[in-house]
Amino acid sequence: MTTATVPDNRGRYGVFGGKYVPETIMFALEELETAFDEAIQDREFNELFQRELAIYSGRPTPLTKADRLSESNGGASIYLKREDLNHTGAHKINNAIGQALLAVRMGKKKIIAETGAGQHGVAAATVAAKYGLSCKVYMGKEDIRRQALNVFRMKLLGAEVIEVTSGSQTLKDATNEAIREWVAAVEDTFYLIGSAVGPYPYPKMVKQFQQVIGYETESQFKEIQKGKLPDAVVACVGGGSNAIGMFAPFIEKDVPLYGVEAAGMGVETAHHAATLSKGSNGVIHGSLTKLLQTSEGQITEPYSISAGLDYPGIGPEHAYLHETKRVTYEAVTDEEALHALKLLCENEGILCALESAHAVAYSLKLAKEMQKDQHIVVCLSGRGDKDVHTLMEFEEGGE
Amino acid sequence: MNKRWEVFQHSSDYRFTPYIMAGDPCEEATIELSLALEQCGAHALELGVPYSDPLADGPVIQRAGMRGLAQNMNLEKTVKLVSKLRERGLKIPVIIFTYYNLLLQLGENRFLKLAEDSGVDGVLVPDLPYEESGYLQKMCSEHNLALISLVSPTTREEKLVRLSSEAEGFLYCISSLGVTGIRSEFRAGLDDFLKAAKQNCRVPVLVGFGLSTREQIQQFDGSSDGFIVGSAIVKKIEELESDLLTNREEAIKTFKSYIESLLPVYSR
Ligand SMILES: Cc1ncc(COP(=O)(O)O)c(C=O)c1O
Repeated sequence: MTTATVPDNRGRYGVFGGKYVPETIMFALEELETAFDEAIQDREFNELFQRELAIYSGRPTPLTKADRLSESNGGASIYLKREDLNHTGAHKINNAIGQALLAVRMGKKKIIAETGAGQHGVAAATVAAKYGLSCKVYMGKEDIRRQALNVFRMKLLGAEVIEVTSGSQTLKDATNEAIREWVAAVEDTFYLIGSAVGPYPYPKMVKQFQQVIGYETESQFKEIQKGKLPDAVVACVGGGSNAIGMFAPFIEKDVPLYGVEAAGMGVETAHHAATLSKGSNGVIHGSLTKLLQTSEGQITEPYSISAGLDYPGIGPEHAYLHETKRVTYEAVTDEEALHALKLLCENEGILCALESAHAVAYSLKLAKEMQKDQHIVVCLSGRGDKDVHTLMEFEEGGE
Repeated sequence: MNKRWEVFQHSSDYRFTPYIMAGDPCEEATIELSLALEQCGAHALELGVPYSDPLADGPVIQRAGMRGLAQNMNLEKTVKLVSKLRERGLKIPVIIFTYYNLLLQLGENRFLKLAEDSGVDGVLVPDLPYEESGYLQKMCSEHNLALISLVSPTTREEKLVRLSSEAEGFLYCISSLGVTGIRSEFRAGLDDFLKAAKQNCRVPVLVGFGLSTREQIQQFDGSSDGFIVGSAIVKKIEELESDLLTNREEAIKTFKSYIESLLPVYSR
């Protein structure tokens, strides 16, 4: 397939990717690339990473067959890759552990991170505590208000949460601010990015640390289904880290892949986060990719009920997989996601994250178009405890 | 190299290059501020373009960008503003300071043609490092525009040699790590960095980022050929915002005396 050669040696996925950053941090990206390439060639580093995933985060996470949900929905049967059972409740910790171990290996004592909903912020604060690093988390003022619980968690973990008041005071501005801080403190600070976005080598590195999701899935599925591969694999896409990790081993194989974006109130409205369906080529946070913007190039504010999908850009590899049509990207509305979340709760006793509910919602549609003896694997990227407040507001406010 | 750059390069002064944001607080104010800066002795002018996500800028310039955005200023209008500046008699080189996404959306070729026709002399793209700038570099030379290179104290030696020897217009040396903004202290070893930058450079070497007082500016006189002041001037414009909108003549007077207080005594 066409994807074998990406990224090229300039950090390009087709036209996407690259390093669009101020000159001051170019050396740090080179240094990071060298350190990362050395680390992943090093058996000791890999063993350490695998061990930490096992004994700290509780991997491997199970692959659970959703019997009652599949039965009541009809069509193909649905399997859930249980990233919600990770330490801290989402796939974000895989990447945070990987990057923190790399930071330690590079002798960096300070990490900085951006966060929207606070999931990556909590993961970063967690690994900082575990590996004895100082941690600053940049978070938009608006998100601090919406996600008070996660702010408190980060502080409990010893991180400093820095309120970002620039721009629209959400994730994109928090990311700008983290990059600004990195430019200022680049000589002793490691920027622990939270998704498969940013300047090269970040998209490659985040994929590497998240691909454990896909490789575990492949071997677990083969064991259950006597060596077969799934008939479809589905994951939600914010910046794209759980999806690219899940897709990694299947990209070169004959398995249909689906990425699910947030359609918010509908892709035909102004309130969505459907970057690939509605965006155009541009540069955001150091990378050439698809993004939501005005015709003049001002980046617009996305919307989704799930804070983790509420991002105006997307990782460059997804932009590439979209362009080459290797992955099909679909969008699911708030309402469809909420409905799927409830169905999963009621039929399987699993409260998933609102982000993950987008993937579940699309799988339910897809399953109906497939045969009873076919199988879909969904990446259940996180648990829904963090969303209980949003769900309560929704229940009380509407219906 | 055009006439305006020639004058700039042959000047024996310690060259003053101010930065202001287009459309802050309104288009006419930008025109009059630019002319005032030239009258105060500016050797070149950097004109910023408002952007939603200016990741190389600190709070002062971010706020100026928001004010510019509120005026619906954009890249195309900023370039066209330069032809108005030329009509009003501005003679110094003008450099458009724009983030890359704005250039991409207008279209690099369209921008360059428009810039050439409007009397623009240079382009500075803070988020387009040398490694990504090949195409724009080539196109800029075809349109007689200087693509201004930025070098930082963290730039590796071989790269510094290459960038300084290939620089056009002027070489922009960043005085400190971090984003634009007013600073009270500069990086140790800055003189050595400036010296290294000058060694291979055929064009003037300018120091910028953080300069806000006459004392700070004078401190770099020996080691560089000129200086850039952005945030301090933009902050002054912010203070004068309401007068610049309603009582412009008075505001421009105050602005000029501020600029004079900033400049090294000998550069006037
Ligand atoms: C549970 C969960 N799933 C998915 C996402 C989206 O991120 P990504 O697309 O990088 O996986 C987030 C982000 O916060 C999340 O918390």
